[in-house]
Amino acid sequence: MHSRPVIRLVACGSVDDGKSTLIGRLLVETDSVPHDTVAAARSVRRAGSLIPPGEIDYSLLTDGLEAEREQGITIDVAYRSMSLLDGRRLLIADAPGHEQYTRNMAVAASRADIAVMLVDATHPLRPQTFRHLTILKLMGVDQIIVALNKLDALNFDQAAFESVCRDTRPAVERLGIDRISYIPISALVGDNVTAKSDRTPWHTGPTLLEAIQGWHPLQSGSSRARMGVQIILRAENFRGLAGTVSDGSFAVGDEVVILPGLNRARIARLTAFDGEIAHAHAGKAVAMVLEPDVDATRGDVVERVDGCTTPADRFAAHVVWLSESELIHSRSYYLLNGSTMVPATVTAIRHRLNIRNGDHESARTLKINEIGVIEVATDARVALAPYGENRNSGNFILVDRVSLNTVGAGMVIHALRRATNITEHHYAVTKAVRAAQKHQRARLVWLTGLSGSGKSTLADALERRLYGLGLHSYVLDGDNLRLGLNKDLGFTKEDRAENVRRVAEVGRLMVDAGLVVIVALVSPFAIDRNHARELFEEGEFIEVWVKTPTEICAQRDPKGLYRKAKAGLLPNLTGVGQEYEPPANPELVLDGTEEIAVNVEKLVRALV
Amino acid sequence: MKSTPEILEALESESIEILRETAAAFKNPVLLYSIGKDSSVLLHLARKAFHPAQLPFPMLHIDTTWKFREMIAFRDQMADLYGVRLLVHTNAEGLREGVTPFNTGASEYTRVMKTVALRQALDRHGFDAAIGGSRRDEERSRAKERVFSVREAGHRWDPRQQRPELWRTYNPRLRPDQTMRVFPLSDWTELDVWQYIHLHRIPVNPLYFARERPIVWRGHQLIMVDDDRYPLGPGEKPELRRIRFRTLGCYPLTAGVESDAATLEEVVDEVMRVTLSERATRLIDGDREDSMEKKKIEGYF
Repeated sequence: MHSRPVIRLVACGSVDDGKSTLIGRLLVETDSVPHDTVAAARSVRRAGSLIPPGEIDYSLLTDGLEAEREQGITIDVAYRSMSLLDGRRLLIADAPGHEQYTRNMAVAASRADIAVMLVDATHPLRPQTFRHLTILKLMGVDQIIVALNKLDALNFDQAAFESVCRDTRPAVERLGIDRISYIPISALVGDNVTAKSDRTPWHTGPTLLEAIQGWHPLQSGSSRARMGVQIILRAENFRGLAGTVSDGSFAVGDEVVILPGLNRARIARLTAFDGEIAHAHAGKAVAMVLEPDVDATRGDVVERVDGCTTPADRFAAHVVWLSESELIHSRSYYLLNGSTMVPATVTAIRHRLNIRNGDHESARTLKINEIGVIEVATDARVALAPYGENRNSGNFILVDRVSLNTVGAGMVIHALRRATNITEHHYAVTKAVRAAQKHQRARLVWLTGLSGSGKSTLADALERRLYGLGLHSYVLDGDNLRLGLNKDLGFTKEDRAENVRRVAEVGRLMVDAGLVVIVALVSPFAIDRNHARELFEEGEFIEVWVKTPTEICAQRDPKGLYRKAKAGLLPNLTGVGQEYEPPANPELVLDGTEEIAVNVEKLVRALV
Repeated sequence: MKSTPEILEALESESIEILRETAAAFKNPVLLYSIGKDSSVLLHLARKAFHPAQLPFPMLHIDTTWKFREMIAFRDQMADLYGVRLLVHTNAEGLREGVTPFNTGASEYTRVMKTVALRQALDRHGFDAAIGGSRRDEERSRAKERVFSVREAGHRWDPRQQRPELWRTYNPRLRPDQTMRVFPLSDWTELDVWQYIHLHRIPVNPLYFARERPIVWRGHQLIMVDDDRYPLGPGEKPELRRIRFRTLGCYPLTAGVESDAATLEEVVDEVMRVTLSERATRLIDGDREDSMEKKKIEGYF
């Protein structure tokens, strides 16, 4: 295995711990900062700075955004380059320490090989130290270096150093961290940062820089070789799958499999700009020509046949929640890994992790900066492997389908067996056959609107009319279903999402049975309705907005809900305490104040 | 800072991965070509990324009409040499209003002729992703920037609301009013760029090499008088000095440095011994301490 010329480090700890000073010193003492920048750090002073003019204020070298300078804290991750003395390059991700920036720390740790964790030796251990250890372990950082800072203020007392080391031990053992070392330093004065201190004769270990330089990647035990297909390159007499080898190495002649489809082929050529190559190691960007030229597209994964990943569509995973809007169970997100993207649903939240003590807490949702274990189901099979075996093939991000922001960072624990044990059986009597027997087209009408807008009344009138026309139909009424199938659900956002999902799935079964299905359900959120629509074939799903002004619904108030809401007894009533998101492109909009018969005719025309 | 062929190969592969991701995930990407050394490397990497196929996106140059003449000549030469589609855009309104580097102040000039011009060009062509050669080592607000960096409506950057970027799993999805800026050279340093140019013999602009050029002093800065539009003081005459440029931009706003580095080897050698961070020679960045952050928020690259 060839050694890695570029390695990555995450630095964590808060400003109070002396992190900026430490990074600044490392950069200056390895000659990684331009000299004029260093000169400026000798002369420029922040208000209130106690550093004498002429000495370097190291923290000035690492400050970033204006907002951060104002507040004197690090908010976002900053990336810096540093030269190691052995010729390798170190990329430092400088992560914020405060609890409200846990997600930024996860970002910074996601690619790191090494972590330098600053701990202020003059304080008892703070909860954030345990939080940092948890995140570093979770994100798969290989080597953790605990830099115990401010030992100068304690006269480099060995007992003080050892007591802090001892206090971290229970957490280190609980988390199963096996590569961890401790170094007594003074970031301010420079002891044991790049030069060995003569004030810590009892410290026989390396300096911080030596410890960083001592890191080399472990030999990977697996034979897996993997490349995600980013793009297909076409030229005259050339069709190559372009991507970067993320794991192991490929050679011309290797037998490979294209995942998730399981097509097999042999590598005929590996090409780069400079010509043909015989081998491609992890980290190399190549184009691969296969023989035979099997079907493969962006998002597929090429692996060597031996040791290849089994694609699955259900996974248990750790997730760090990154977004202000919380994780919603049973909602659909996009799941991305490398160039692979599939819609996915969070089907269960097993627990939330208490990152201070490791406890598993029950949770119905995850909020920003929280970490939990979830189950996720993808709409198609994907070749994800456990994150613990390989970070590149075990990571994913969750993207909100409306904001398109990255909302979750996932790490696969394992594929769920159900995925491989369940195989869809295809029956000879199909939906089309069943519908034809009934002389009708199987469809689903989805009536959405406020409570009291007239959905149930319309559904009833429509079904009577369809019966009269000799059609086979069924009404799925939101309230009625809540008496049975959905009686475990309430009216929070998450429960409404699950409610819609179940009704949509039942509706799909009934359409498959060849029926005309009428759904009467408030279904206030666009994203849930859109997810329901995706279960159906083109033209099968007819979204109808029963549009009735809130005042009229409140006047009608057939179930007395508006009165209760007014009295403060019903916080989640749609249109009062909870928002209703009107459909953007419904097949039909009905005026809920119009005669029932008129609206029924409109519906029949849309259906038949 | 040291650079080795092994480091360069690793950086190159990362950049190629980012370029391929951009070409595949966006409808209408464009490569911002600013004619400098970083653009030379970017263009080289893009040719590598899609070889043997054609470059799947055009190049865009924002021409303020105040670029060094040698820049424009080099630009056209490179587009010809590699058969790349080159788009050139100038802010015609700014030109009509007579905005020059002299009458409006450097920062307003930059806003009108570079930032606004760029926004106009991106809107006109409907580009949803713009690839630039910025590096994180250039300036401190850039050290915080993502590789795939979302711009909100009006191409504004919101440094406090950046998308989390984890592993090598990039999120290229955009809402209709958003666009993306992509920075394949994020992790490169100035020396890496020069070493890479040296290693692969990549053509770069002659302005990077020391030669006698007509200059005037503006404060501590050496300004090259590239044409007769440059306002001289009464009786002031440009003198000849042996200078070269560390970065390229609008000639009245880009200071040269006295140097004898006339070959690629000599330039690399000089950069290795360098004592000034490279943007110190750019007059527009020094207006205010946080001026790059301000400009980026408005849509500057």
